[in-house]
Amino acid sequence: MPEKNSDSSTIKIPHDLYKKIEEKIEGTSFTSVEDYVVRKMENEFPAEPVYSKEEEELIKERLRRLGYIE
Amino acid sequence: MLPPHGGTLVNRLVPEGNRPHLNEEAAEMPSISVTEEFRKDMECVAYGIFSPLVGPLNRDDYTAVLEKGRLTKGHPWTFPIVLDVPEETASRIKVGDDVALTLEGEAFSILHVEDKYSWDRKAHAQSVYSTLDMDHPGVSKTYEMGPVLLGGSIDLFNETQGKFSDYRLKPIETRVLFKSKGWRTIAGFQTRNAPHVGHEYVQKTALAFTDGLFINPLIGKKKAGDFTDEVIIDTYTTLFDNYYLRNTATLVTLEMEMRYAGPREAIFHAICRKNYGCTHFIVGRDHAGVGNYYGPYEAQEKFSEFPDLGVTPIFFRSFFYCKKCGGVQNDKVCPHGPEEHLNFKGREMRSMLMNGERPSELLMRPEVVDAILRHTEPFVK
Repeated sequence: MPEKNSDSSTIKIPHDLYKKIEEKIEGTSFTSVEDYVVRKMENEFPAEPVYSKEEEELIKERLRRLGYIE
Repeated sequence: MLPPHGGTLVNRLVPEGNRPHLNEEAAEMPSISVTEEFRKDMECVAYGIFSPLVGPLNRDDYTAVLEKGRLTKGHPWTFPIVLDVPEETASRIKVGDDVALTLEGEAFSILHVEDKYSWDRKAHAQSVYSTLDMDHPGVSKTYEMGPVLLGGSIDLFNETQGKFSDYRLKPIETRVLFKSKGWRTIAGFQTRNAPHVGHEYVQKTALAFTDGLFINPLIGKKKAGDFTDEVIIDTYTTLFDNYYLRNTATLVTLEMEMRYAGPREAIFHAICRKNYGCTHFIVGRDHAGVGNYYGPYEAQEKFSEFPDLGVTPIFFRSFFYCKKCGGVQNDKVCPHGPEEHLNFKGREMRSMLMNGERPSELLMRPEVVDAILRHTEPFVK
């Protein structure tokens, strides 16, 4: 659950997994296990949709005109 | 679809209806004259190719990029996008100002100045290019830069058409394109060359295990001896017409300069392609290298420092045409000796083409050679 007055939430992960991540990031530029997990998750879930339905239709029109799609 | 780098596709392009108004406002602001290359970089910011950047780097991000190859929020970012100005220009601009960015007297963007700071050329060159040798084009360029950097966010209201506008797509457009084609996995290929058969081998091998191939040549400033932009486009369209399937491969240009920063530029190139929607990125031998400044596989090794990059690198070793195998091979699969191998030596092929000679058809498609030889000046002077 999100904490009040914060834009982040606390989750629990198994100790052995935590240790494995710690070992993995040793010597890299990650400053913490949290850092690593957040970056990985960000790649899974976009913050917001990249385009609306209307934009998509306009873009498709240009792509058709340029011969990229039929 | 793979999310953009940092989670959000940046859009700093002012809606068309507001552009005349901003153009008028810009005319009243202090202005900074910039290079064509910087203008292209700001277009990359505006279109989201450089997501999550919203403008030239502030001091904290700049320092983090140099020291860790990351932004302060932790996202991988290896090439510093900065606005350098002379002391005199810096003295009339303060943090909090809005300034107009201009090229040849034409305003194209507003920069909301959030930071103004000095920097160390030596530390910059060493960190980004791993050398202080002035023969390195990136190092010599670094030493020509102004002593003060301005950071902040931009609003771009005047876009250039692009050199090949029919091939220039923004990330929002390539994302729709990939979806329309039903591609879930896409291999991005960066190039600054006319294609030889070895390039085709790499691209088609990557395509064997992805849904689509995204060939994305850099259009912009390159060093003397590189192929001109016109040759790159002509040769790739020729190759597409003759040897590629339109439903699995696409050609889109990226207008930005080469920086020859080797390993750091390889990561930077991968991030740009991630923003276009690529899930994979092809990294060959000496990616973005110049001279002998970087080891042949140093760029590939650099990826191990960024397991959170979000785009999967596909590494290729050196390859050659093996007469005995009858095709393009690499040292991992071909058991034959060097006497059976024809190497793809870019310099040799360029030298032959310069003299109007044709490289072997085993190394370069005849249609591609024809396309090159149609140009009276195929190389950058």
